[in-house]
Amino acid sequence: MIVHERFNETIPGTTMFDGKMAMKGYALNRMCYSFNEKKNRDEFLEDEDAYCKKYGLNAQQRKAIKDRNVLDLIAAGGNVYYLAKFGGIFGLNMQDVGAQQTHMTVEEFEEMLQKAAGE
Amino acid sequence: MAHILGGITSSHIPAIGGAIAKKKFEEPYWKSFFDAYHKVHSWLDAVKPDIAVVVYNDHGLNFFLDKLPTFSIGAAAEYQNADEGWGLSTLPPFPGDPELSWHVIESLVAEEFDITTCQQMTVDHGFVIPLQLLWTNRLKGKCPVKTLPVCVNTVQHPLPSPARCLKLGRALGRALASYPTDQKIVMIGTGGLSHQLDGERAGFINKGFDLWCMEKIVSDPDAIAQYTIPDLVRLSGAQGVELVNWLIMRGALGEKVEKRHENYHIPISNTASGLMLLEAVA
Repeated sequence: MIVHERFNETIPGTTMFDGKMAMKGYALNRMCYSFNEKKNRDEFLEDEDAYCKKYGLNAQQRKAIKDRNVLDLIAAGGNVYYLAKFGGIFGLNMQDVGAQQTHMTVEEFEEMLQKAAGE
Repeated sequence: MAHILGGITSSHIPAIGGAIAKKKFEEPYWKSFFDAYHKVHSWLDAVKPDIAVVVYNDHGLNFFLDKLPTFSIGAAAEYQNADEGWGLSTLPPFPGDPELSWHVIESLVAEEFDITTCQQMTVDHGFVIPLQLLWTNRLKGKCPVKTLPVCVNTVQHPLPSPARCLKLGRALGRALASYPTDQKIVMIGTGGLSHQLDGERAGFINKGFDLWCMEKIVSDPDAIAQYTIPDLVRLSGAQGVELVNWLIMRGALGEKVEKRHENYHIPISNTASGLMLLEAVA
């Protein structure tokens, strides 16, 4: 029998984006993937509700999009690479996204990154 | 026969593209990062490779979750860059070499690596930023090498194991070395080193592990390949798994390499950046 390697150990603060999450987040990630194209970003900004409906987001995903809350988006099945395209609509970079998830200010988050150099 | 000159590792983080567009080369945050590439430029200008094999991961430009290949290889005459949604300007297309691509594809499948072939393939920051850093930014947009994209799934688990990636790299090396031309090839392993973008653990960087990897990628890549993907997530962060791109690059270089240059820099955006120049020892 082939033994599959499983994540039997949880890593704190980390959600493994596996088949289960990929199924859960499919509609949300598909919407975020559409944001590669400007016309879709514009359509989202014009009528957010209609756009989310078009992609069939569930209530949890719709709320997380409405709240612009990255941890909630991940819990709803979002993958960070697609979510980055959602963040891009609002001009958010990875320090903004990191700060929000770690409950820090952007300055505190950047300081934490700088500190890793001195370890 | 074609000849592999060596390999380069380079970060591919999008913020670098932004810094290039805004010409931030002399800013304190960026200066030592960009300056570290000068030695690699000198080497490239001296050895003049014809082909760059770029090992990278797509971040949701060419592939979505509807169809997500574990390993895919480009077989196109050119590769288009495209809008990724966050404001990086789109670069001109990069030239490919379909004949070489098909030789590599045939050779890999014969060695039981059942890869996906792509006659149309858009290339994202994972592919284009290292090429900007090595060539196009200093050559007025010109890319003097033909490219061969080798793309690895690092988006959706299960990912290919580090051991499998090192084996693929070795098979890729054999494929390239058996190509019946006298072309000179450079391998580029992109991404890394440690970083995590998502979750409460965002901002995770592990300098000790990164420096160990930079040592072992030269002398003993099998030591890195012993780790599992969950090990790498724990030690290197959720996106630190891009280290598998380095293993594929290293596998293609053969048994022994000489390290010609290295630079480790924290932070570039949320990541630790590792630049290395390894020369293949014939």
